[in-house]
Amino acid sequence: MSEKFDVIVVGAGASGNAAAYTLARSGLKVLQIERGESPGAKNVQGAILYSDALERIIPDFREEAPLERHIIEQRMWVMDERSYVGTHFRSDDFNKPPYNRYTIIRARFDKWFSDKVKEAGALVICETTVKELLRDDAGKVIGVEVDRTDGRIYANLVILADGVNSTLARKAGFRPELDPRHVALAVKEIHFLPKDVIESRFNIQDEEGVVIEMMGKITHGMMGTGFLYTNSDSISVGVGCLLSDFMAQKITPYQLLEQLKAHSSVAPMLEGGEMKEYAAHLIPEGGYHAIPQIYGDGWMIVGDSGMFVNAVHREGSNLAMTTGRIAAETVIELNREGKAMSAANLARYRARLDDSFVMKDLKKYKDLPEIFDANKQFLTTYPSLLNRSAYDMLKVDGEDKRSKQKDIYRGFRAERGLMGLLGDAYKLWRAFR
Amino acid sequence: MNAKAVSIKVEDKLYQNRYLVDAGRPHIQIKDEAVCARCATRQCTVCCPAGCYEDGEGPVVLTTDGCLECGTCRVICTTHRNVEWEYPRGGYGIQFKFG
Ligand SMILES: Cc1cc2nc3c(=O)[nH]c(=O)nc-3n(C[C@H](O)[C@H](O)[C@H](O)COP(=O)(O)OP(=O)(O)OC[C@H]3O[C@@H](n4cnc5c(N)ncnc54)[C@H](O)[C@@H]3O)c2cc1C
Ligand code: SF4
Repeated sequence: MSEKFDVIVVGAGASGNAAAYTLARSGLKVLQIERGESPGAKNVQGAILYSDALERIIPDFREEAPLERHIIEQRMWVMDERSYVGTHFRSDDFNKPPYNRYTIIRARFDKWFSDKVKEAGALVICETTVKELLRDDAGKVIGVEVDRTDGRIYANLVILADGVNSTLARKAGFRPELDPRHVALAVKEIHFLPKDVIESRFNIQDEEGVVIEMMGKITHGMMGTGFLYTNSDSISVGVGCLLSDFMAQKITPYQLLEQLKAHSSVAPMLEGGEMKEYAAHLIPEGGYHAIPQIYGDGWMIVGDSGMFVNAVHREGSNLAMTTGRIAAETVIELNREGKAMSAANLARYRARLDDSFVMKDLKKYKDLPEIFDANKQFLTTYPSLLNRSAYDMLKVDGEDKRSKQKDIYRGFRAERGLMGLLGDAYKLWRAFR
Repeated sequence: MNAKAVSIKVEDKLYQNRYLVDAGRPHIQIKDEAVCARCATRQCTVCCPAGCYEDGEGPVVLTTDGCLECGTCRVICTTHRNVEWEYPRGGYGIQFKFG
């Protein structure tokens, strides 16, 4: 391939597709390279798609994108071994078009998005792994080397949309190796069930969906959460915990998932389903402080490769699409102004991100990872106390409620102490402020 | 959640997956077996979600056929940095049907 491109995008995930689509639509000459057999073949997500990010790129996506169910109800469960205390939020407002969130199946969704990228005029090649970035004597990135014969391809700019592991950014020295405290390992299964069974089990109608987020003892004190999402005719169930916590535990990820599935509150929902795939993936959860340098001479980083995930709200694909879009818009603008793809000019990308919800949200929670890491009681003691309290108050056994309340209060004090309780409340308030 | 009641073979899970194995070209390698033999923690044998690392008397044994390409083994080998980790050649490895 001797021709030179305006931009090479590495990766056909959420961020790469958003960038390639936006660039190609503006008339730039774009090459996108994906290592999977097809786009999506390597990608794992829960998966909730937040409409807003995609709508800003493809306003009428609802008409053709492969969407599973729009979410009308969100459940949050704090669990111990035998029970959960939960909140359920269901709203008619979420049940009115245009819908705000959907469940999706990434392999299908990414293929669709990639077709849009091709329609927009980009050249997309799959089954090709980028081995290395090519640089000139001054260190400027001038192209990529792929694992095919004559694999050197040149461009004015390379956008790294290669996901959380980003072998390319690490090799090029743009980013250090991932810190086990900054990534979660998630494992996930998909279970197929008839549509009507899902709908009656979750008390929903055609196309309506429920998401359940779970925390507490199910992660054995590890920082992490479980999830269960309804698709059209399948259920996605998974659990993810910080790698640094997995290292300290002696439980395998698949055992953890088995235990979650066997929980008396989860098992009935999967009953009778047929498991058809087991997947694993890392999630960058280091937050604001872990964001690396995201641009330089001839290169930019978007999506998971740049650590753009809001772990608190489980948002990632939307940050990926938004960073991809904003990166592309920056390039389009510089190109129109006849400016070079230099670090100084590309700094506009970071400035724009700083101005967007992406950085504002990540900044808001910048201290949260450390707080949870240093305070395991949020994941062990409190879920247990909460569940025990609920059980005691609801059990009818001849003891008066005031005495029970006193016992519960004593229980909390005994396990955490008054100062501990107040300190925890303060820490949580500060972190979420 | 009864830890005893739920024991599972990871092979049964991986059996559902679709792979295109690049025969004879493992994409992950242990750099120096002697280092594993001395390693006390052997995180890889617990943390790998595909059970690719087998613990035993001698060195850790790595079989990458069921690899899910998550990157975990590379990231957790913090003391020794003894894992040579690459993605498989384009088109090979796990091919998620759903993801
Ligand atoms: C279990 C789980 C649940 C999640 N749930 C949600 C959720 O509900 N909602 C949400 O918004 N986010 C969720 N996320 C996060 C979300 O999936 C990611 O933030 C998002 O996929 C990031 O997109 P990306 O394009 O940056 O990276 P990816 O989607 O990982 O795409 C990277 C692409 O680059 C390709 N690639 C990598 N290296 C190379 C190379 N050298 N050469 C060629 N191609 C390469 C890969 O094959 C891949 O296609 C979840 C993540 C996980 C793991
Ligand atoms: S990349 Fe993940 S699945 Fe593959 S061997 Fe390493 S830990 Fe196991």
